[in-house]
Amino acid sequence: MTRAKGYLSAGHMAVMLSGAGLLWLAIGLGCLFWGQVSVAPGDVVRILTGGEAPAQDVNIVLMQRLPRVLLGLLAGGALGVAGAVFQALLRNPLATPHTLGVSAGAALGAVLAIALNLEAPRAGPFTSVQLFALAGALVDIGIVYLLARHRDVFSPLRLLLAGVTLGLISSALIMFVRFISDPQKLVMVDRWLMGGLDVQGFRSLAAVLPLLVPAVLILLTEADAMNQLSLGEEMAAGRGVDVPKVQAEAFLAGSVLTAAIVSVAGPIGFVGLIVPHVLRGIFGPDHRALLFLCFFGGGIFLAGADTVARSAFAPSELPVGVLTAMVGGPFFLVLLVTKIR
Amino acid sequence: MTEPLLSVHGCSFRYHGGDFRLQDVSLDVYPGQVVGIVGPNGSGKSTLLRVMAGLLPPDAGSVRLGGAPIRSMGRRQVARRLAFLPQSPETSFGFAVREVVAMGRYPHLGAFGFLTERDVGIVERALVETASVPLAGRSFVTLSGGERQRVLIASIIAQEPSVMLLDEPTAALDIHHAAEVLDLLWALSRKGIGVVAVTHDLNAASQFCDRVALLSCGGVARTGTPAEVMDQALLSRVYGADVRVLRNPVTSTPLVIVPGRTAHDAS
Repeated sequence: MTRAKGYLSAGHMAVMLSGAGLLWLAIGLGCLFWGQVSVAPGDVVRILTGGEAPAQDVNIVLMQRLPRVLLGLLAGGALGVAGAVFQALLRNPLATPHTLGVSAGAALGAVLAIALNLEAPRAGPFTSVQLFALAGALVDIGIVYLLARHRDVFSPLRLLLAGVTLGLISSALIMFVRFISDPQKLVMVDRWLMGGLDVQGFRSLAAVLPLLVPAVLILLTEADAMNQLSLGEEMAAGRGVDVPKVQAEAFLAGSVLTAAIVSVAGPIGFVGLIVPHVLRGIFGPDHRALLFLCFFGGGIFLAGADTVARSAFAPSELPVGVLTAMVGGPFFLVLLVTKIR
Repeated sequence: MTEPLLSVHGCSFRYHGGDFRLQDVSLDVYPGQVVGIVGPNGSGKSTLLRVMAGLLPPDAGSVRLGGAPIRSMGRRQVARRLAFLPQSPETSFGFAVREVVAMGRYPHLGAFGFLTERDVGIVERALVETASVPLAGRSFVTLSGGERQRVLIASIIAQEPSVMLLDEPTAALDIHHAAEVLDLLWALSRKGIGVVAVTHDLNAASQFCDRVALLSCGGVARTGTPAEVMDQALLSRVYGADVRVLRNPVTSTPLVIVPGRTAHDAS
């Protein structure tokens, strides 16, 4: 294993990341070959290389599958990174992107928008459901941030308590909205809460990227400091880490990342828990490599799961959030048992 | 006399809204000295150590590192000269021992923290110096208490500070491992590093420290050589107990005991 030998070098990382990047690209491309409607592999290749193919197939591959696969790659990657960051920030291996109430806040916003019949209006690439989801997430992020930051110090315990409590409050409010809303709306609400990448066009990518790119970049610059935090806040401060700044950046960027994804894809579970664990187990806990690997690994996992979810159950389609939990849960248990031995 | 590496002058500190934990404390740390901070529970030892490390800003007084006010320095700049080892650092995520030691290089490295040849040499020497080479490939969380402490000390050696501050470095160790760690710190001080350790163990302080600061209720009751501070009347007053000071027949340093009630019963 790489870490027994010792140090992470730039060359080492370049090899690891180009390997992961190539696999990511290959799986992403592969996902374009499957779907509810079958398109001959030869046609997919011709379409991707700009050759002649039936107009209907071009539409399916380029306008439906391609944006969906890209969203799967980005959303899975973002959830993987956010999961790894929250696990480091809380020093808790059970943390997920949804632990700190961000997703529940986003869900509350989305559910409100659906219940209030606000699906139609849009602003730029955003639908009003997405905007409400983002707003709900921001409210929770703001409250948790203020509660967890106590006299300039960020305590993981306060963060956890505040985040989990906000999540529970948001969930209770969702129940309340469901209780008073029109029963016909409940189907849509439930469908949103299952999480999925369906009915997405390139529009969703445009809605996600402006938040995702800066958040991921900020988190990557703090990867080194996150390693230091794993020995505790005082130890990190003694090493020269600006602990309150790193904690605030990790929390805010991780939360924004989660909010961006949840607002377009709903609360997709298990990616953010399982991907960091598996990759940490294989490649070691060094966040400088781990965050990159989680981005690629999460993308591969989610885009792959979504391809199965939309192909295997044709003509209907399984929400990918259901599949990730159904596959991810048992897989995680196996991991737990074999690791404990 | 040489300039102090680290100098605390007239420092007072209280936690928000609370009582004073430190009042008008002064202490200098010189190169090549082991300084012990001793005193009863709640006398402000750990608070003083954190003020000295620049982790807690004093309400009054000044802390100077290498002559410059520590508050005017960036955290990394401080960490290149001063290392701080808390009592029981967290241990998450199973980093390998070599990785933990390499983390000590953090304040010296640029973005993303890749080690140069020189950094690798420093880390490897720190492993050798602390006899941790056989542990280097193991996961830090699997180590025993004594091994962990050695590895953590290796990591602050790799940090290449001129001053090391340690909070109860031997608290969780048996007598063999405690002596090993104290020997190691003593050896480091002979290379010119200023070592400051908070400890409850007055006998260890007598044996290994060049100077001892005895704290009492947030103030310095006395600073001096172990022989000057380990004064039977002074210790009895500060600790509120019947303290006896004898002479250690092996090391010729003060030997501090509290006879307790059983001793009276026996006599």
